[in-house]
Amino acid sequence: MADSLFYLFAFFTVACAVGVVANKNAVNAAMCLMLCLMGIASLFVLLDAYLLAALLVLVYAGAVVALFLFIVMLLDMQGGVKRPFKKMTAVASVASLALMLVGVTMIKTRGQLSSLPAPVGTTAPVGAVLKNYAELLFTTYLLPVQVIGFLLLIAMLGVIVLSKKFAGMGDIK
Amino acid sequence: MDFFFQLPLWIQGIAKGLAVIAVLFPLAAACSMAERKISAWIQGRPGPNRTVVPWLAWIPIIVPFLQRLGVFQLAADGGKFVFKEDPVPGHVNKLYFIAAPVLAMIPALTTITIVPFGAYLNDVGQLVPIVLANVDIGLLAVLAISSLGVYSVILAGWASNSKYPFLGSIRASAQLISYELSMTLSVLPVFLWVNAPGGQGTLSLFDVVQVQSGQGFHFDSLWLGLWMPVSAFIFLVALFAETNRQPFDMAESEADLVGGFHTEYGAFKWSLFFVAEYAHMIVGSGVFTLLFLGGWNPLPGLPLTTVVHGLQHWISFAGHPLFMGVLGILIFLGKVGFFIFFFMWVRWTLPRFRYDQIMKIGWQKLLPLSIGNLIFYALLIALIQK
Repeated sequence: MADSLFYLFAFFTVACAVGVVANKNAVNAAMCLMLCLMGIASLFVLLDAYLLAALLVLVYAGAVVALFLFIVMLLDMQGGVKRPFKKMTAVASVASLALMLVGVTMIKTRGQLSSLPAPVGTTAPVGAVLKNYAELLFTTYLLPVQVIGFLLLIAMLGVIVLSKKFAGMGDIK
Repeated sequence: MDFFFQLPLWIQGIAKGLAVIAVLFPLAAACSMAERKISAWIQGRPGPNRTVVPWLAWIPIIVPFLQRLGVFQLAADGGKFVFKEDPVPGHVNKLYFIAAPVLAMIPALTTITIVPFGAYLNDVGQLVPIVLANVDIGLLAVLAISSLGVYSVILAGWASNSKYPFLGSIRASAQLISYELSMTLSVLPVFLWVNAPGGQGTLSLFDVVQVQSGQGFHFDSLWLGLWMPVSAFIFLVALFAETNRQPFDMAESEADLVGGFHTEYGAFKWSLFFVAEYAHMIVGSGVFTLLFLGGWNPLPGLPLTTVVHGLQHWISFAGHPLFMGVLGILIFLGKVGFFIFFFMWVRWTLPRFRYDQIMKIGWQKLLPLSIGNLIFYALLIALIQK
C-alpha cells in the first residue's frame, strides 16, 4: 500500500516538476509548481513527517506560489520570445548533466535505503512527534535558525528600502 | 452498529466521509437561504415567502409555515442552478475558468475531515472524538489546506480575462495572504496553554477542547475565549477576511467591481463558489468554537460528560454513546449556527472597508496587536505554569 502510494506520488511530483520547466505559459508553470509541492507534501506524509508536510503546504503552496502567480498575473507574461542560442547555454547544460550523473551515481553506490532497520512497531516515528522538532530547533539548530531569520530580516528591510519612496529623497533614483 | 464496525476500514472511511459531506453540503446551501431571510429581517422586509411546491400547498399549517420561512425557495434556487444554461464566455481561459470553482470546493470540503464535532464515552470510560481524522497537527492542517483556497479566487479572476474580475482577485489574494499572518499568530497563545511543559506537543483540536472541559469554575478549565479574549477577537476578524465576508469582501465588492472575481460566472459554477464560501464559514466557525468556546461543552465549567452523568438519573438511555454523541454534535452545531448568524448580522450591519483600509487594519493594527498578545500570554503562561 505504502509502496504503491509512494510510486504514485513520486511519479506525480516528477511529472509536475517537468511541467514547471517545460511550460511556456508562466501561469501553467506556477500551477505545476503548486501541484509539485503538494506531491512533495504527500511524500512527507508517507514518511510520517506530518509537521513538515503541513508547513510545506501552508508556506510554499499556500503563500509563496500564490505570490508567484500574483506577480505573473500582474506582469501578464505570455510565453515570451525565444532567446538566441548562446555559448553559455551549452556550458551550463553540460555542467548540469554532469551534476545529475554524479547525483545518480551517488544514490546508486552509497544509497542504503534497503539496509535501514525495520521500524519498531509501538513507538511513533521521530518525525511524527512535534516535541522532537522543537527540541532540535532550540538546541542543535539554534544558530542556523537565528542566522536564517536574520538573513530574511535583512532581505525584508532591503525590499522596503528599495521600493519605498521616502519624503525629501525625490532626486535619488 | 456492530455491522458497521465489521466492514473493511476503507469502506467505513468512505461512508463516514460521504455522511459528513451529505450534511455539510446542504447545510452550506441552507446558509444561502438563511442569508436572504436574515438580511430581510434586518432590513425590515419579509424576504422570500411565496415559493411552494404546487401539490404540497394543500397541506394546512405546516406547509404555509415552511412557505413563509422560504424553505421551498431553497429547492427552487438549487433546481435553477442545475438546469440553467451554463455558458462559457468566449474570451476566457477555458481550463482555469472551469477549474476555479472546483478548486474552491476542494479545500472547503477537505478541511472538515480534521475538525472534530463531538465526543462520546466508550465502554472503558474514555472520551473518543467524533472526527474523520484525529491528526496530531490538527489546526496546522486546517490552516494549510484552507490557505489553498486563494487559488480559486486568483485563477477565477485571471481566467475570466476581463478587468473587474481581475481587480477583484488581485485585491482578494492580497487580503487573504495578509490576514493569514494575524490568524496564525492569534492561535499561538492557545497552543502555548494547551501544551503544558513535559507533554509530547500537540496541535490537535480535540486536545484544545479537552483543556476546556474541566469541571467547575477553576482558572484552568475556563473556555479559552474567556481568558484570551484578544486572541479570540483577532481570530474572528481574520476569519471574516479569510472567508471573504463583508466588511472584508474585497473579492466581490459589488458596488465598484460589478461582481468581483465571479463577474463572468453564472449558473452552476457560480453556485459552487457560493457553496464553497458558506462551507468555509461553517468550518471556520467550527474551528473558532473548538478553540475559544469549548467545542461541544454546553457551558464553561460544565463539561458534556458531567451533563450526561447528571441526565442518567432522569433518562435511562442517557449513558448510551449514541445519545452523548448526538447531544455533543447538537451543542456544537448550535454554537456554529450562532456564529453563522453572527457573520450575516455583521454583513448587513457594517459597510465595506476600502482596500487601503483593509491593508492598514491587517498590517498596522491587527498584526502588531497579535504579536503583542502573543508576547503577553507567553510571559503570563510561563509565570503560571512554572
